[in-house]
Amino acid sequence: MVPTAWYLVLSAVLFAIGVAGVLLRRNLIVVFMAIEIMLNAVNLSFVAFARQLGTEDGQVIVFFVMAVAAAEAAVGLAIFIQLFRARETLNADEVTTLRW
Amino acid sequence: MAVDVAIACAKAVFMILLVLQVMGLGVFFERKVSAVIQDRIGANRASIFGFAGLGIVNTLVADPVKFLLKEDVTPAGADRFLHFLAPILAVVPAVAAFAVIPFGDVLEVGGRAIQLQAAQLNVGVLYVLAMTALGVYGVVLAGWASNNRWSLLGGIRGSAQMISYEIAMGLALIGIVLTYGTLDLQSMVRQQGALLWGWLPAWGILYQPFAFVLFLVAGVAESKRIPFDLPESESELVSGYFTEYSGAKHLMFMMADFVEVVLVAALVTTFFFGGWQVPFLLRDGFHVAGQVYELPAAWIVVPALQVTSFMVKMIFFTWLQIVIRWTLPRFRYDQLMRLGWQGLLPLGLVNVMATALAILLWGTTA
Amino acid sequence: MSVLVFLVLAALTVAAALTVILHRNPVYSALALVSTLALLSCFFVLLEAYMVWALQIVVYAGAIVVLFVFVIMLLNVQSDERALPGPGTVVGVAGGAGLLALLIATVAVRGVTANPPAVGAGFGTPEHLARRLFTDYLVPFEVTSLLLLVAIVGAVVLGKRRI
Repeated sequence: MVPTAWYLVLSAVLFAIGVAGVLLRRNLIVVFMAIEIMLNAVNLSFVAFARQLGTEDGQVIVFFVMAVAAAEAAVGLAIFIQLFRARETLNADEVTTLRW
Repeated sequence: MAVDVAIACAKAVFMILLVLQVMGLGVFFERKVSAVIQDRIGANRASIFGFAGLGIVNTLVADPVKFLLKEDVTPAGADRFLHFLAPILAVVPAVAAFAVIPFGDVLEVGGRAIQLQAAQLNVGVLYVLAMTALGVYGVVLAGWASNNRWSLLGGIRGSAQMISYEIAMGLALIGIVLTYGTLDLQSMVRQQGALLWGWLPAWGILYQPFAFVLFLVAGVAESKRIPFDLPESESELVSGYFTEYSGAKHLMFMMADFVEVVLVAALVTTFFFGGWQVPFLLRDGFHVAGQVYELPAAWIVVPALQVTSFMVKMIFFTWLQIVIRWTLPRFRYDQLMRLGWQGLLPLGLVNVMATALAILLWGTTA
Repeated sequence: MSVLVFLVLAALTVAAALTVILHRNPVYSALALVSTLALLSCFFVLLEAYMVWALQIVVYAGAIVVLFVFVIMLLNVQSDERALPGPGTVVGVAGGAGLLALLIATVAVRGVTANPPAVGAGFGTPEHLARRLFTDYLVPFEVTSLLLLVAIVGAVVLGKRRI
């Protein structure tokens, strides 16, 4: 059996990797992927706690997180498509002004 | 402990071999059934010492050897790693989906009860959907990694088609899940052993005929067979997303195609036609109209009969898909997408609601 | 035994996550993301959350990342050029490391280091999850379905050439 704290440490590591990705990368799609890693790290925490406490509430929350992440990914990527059509670039350094 | 591991490995190996053999048989069927439909003889030239075996030597020996000996070409400017990875991502999920398909009841030998299902998951249906979802990567990466405009077009079309019809497949399956009250395939097949009114085997087709049609259509579309084979359309896009593949990698894509055909056949058998159930056969023999006909050595004969029945049904549905392929013309892409989103999706929802209403009024089978 | 499995999987997951944020080619990042999600789903199995495991693969690895890959291919996103480590890199690495230190300190002080107690049969199965979802969490469930509808409409509208 693996103690719950180990899962939390793994979740922390993945969350930190996600944060580093958001801060490090300039390509917006990779930034979005780093956000997904953060969401998944949190999912892991929830499921670990659900197991620790013996109720399935954590897993239900994970269900909702997944649904919201899917919705967010769809809308976010649609926004990226519009952004790309307007600016021809997906580099975060080059989309800094509101108009040209 | 070691014996359990060995049994699990044996079941997995059996399932993989079963899939590969039926796939090989499917290729042979394809040649011969298409020949019968088109009023010709089919492939019968390749022979070993004059023995052509109706063309089996061609399909089972000559064809694979030819593919494996061809030169493996990666197009210039293509991403080598992705080009190598795409056929693997196409084949592996398709074969892996067979892990949850039950091919028999229980084999009781040496004091052990061996469940004849490679992986007894309580979320079997979701696992099948998951493996189908992962199969999209092979298609889209093959199109992208070929550095070829037409391959990319075929890849995008193929993956858009696959994810659209996954939804239709899922909705058809919800009707079945509602009927049997479980996501476990072995439990579904066991419930289909019941007899309606004392004489009719309670197969899924009697409870969910509409879902059967939806699932079959969605399954054929998911495996990109004609009439849904626009991503591969031999007369339009050369070979679509696997144009730039030769040799063993091309063989992997064709294998993936046939393995998915066999998967759809196996799923249709499991959900709608009783899986391994032989009508009136229980674990000790035939129970017909109150009479019990005991079978000798029932511990091995009954599972053998069940496995045979499963394979016969699976081969029948493979044959059915091949006949469909060689009979119908191809859909245009917008017709295909319209059928998926504006045809099968609403019909699937109607099926779910009708099933739920029926369960409310008349109760489930469980 | 499960400790060994956990450590191996954890090492692979961290490696995959690092590949996501460090690789130059966005397609490889997307594939590494699929690997990360699939490996995370293995942890869900270790934690006896079977339904969540299947949902993770179907929804995350099988749909969301496919959407990512689609968009990358549609927009023909190229690999990033190798840039010199600038102030952004320092902030990124420092931020990530600082956050990690903070979180691990929290876990070390207040984390549960005992093995979790055994759970009843049927924990994490679809039946139990559905029971919780449709009784205690019914309102969030309905609101989520509304959210998904809004997201679908939003994505379709935002994807048009002429809004």
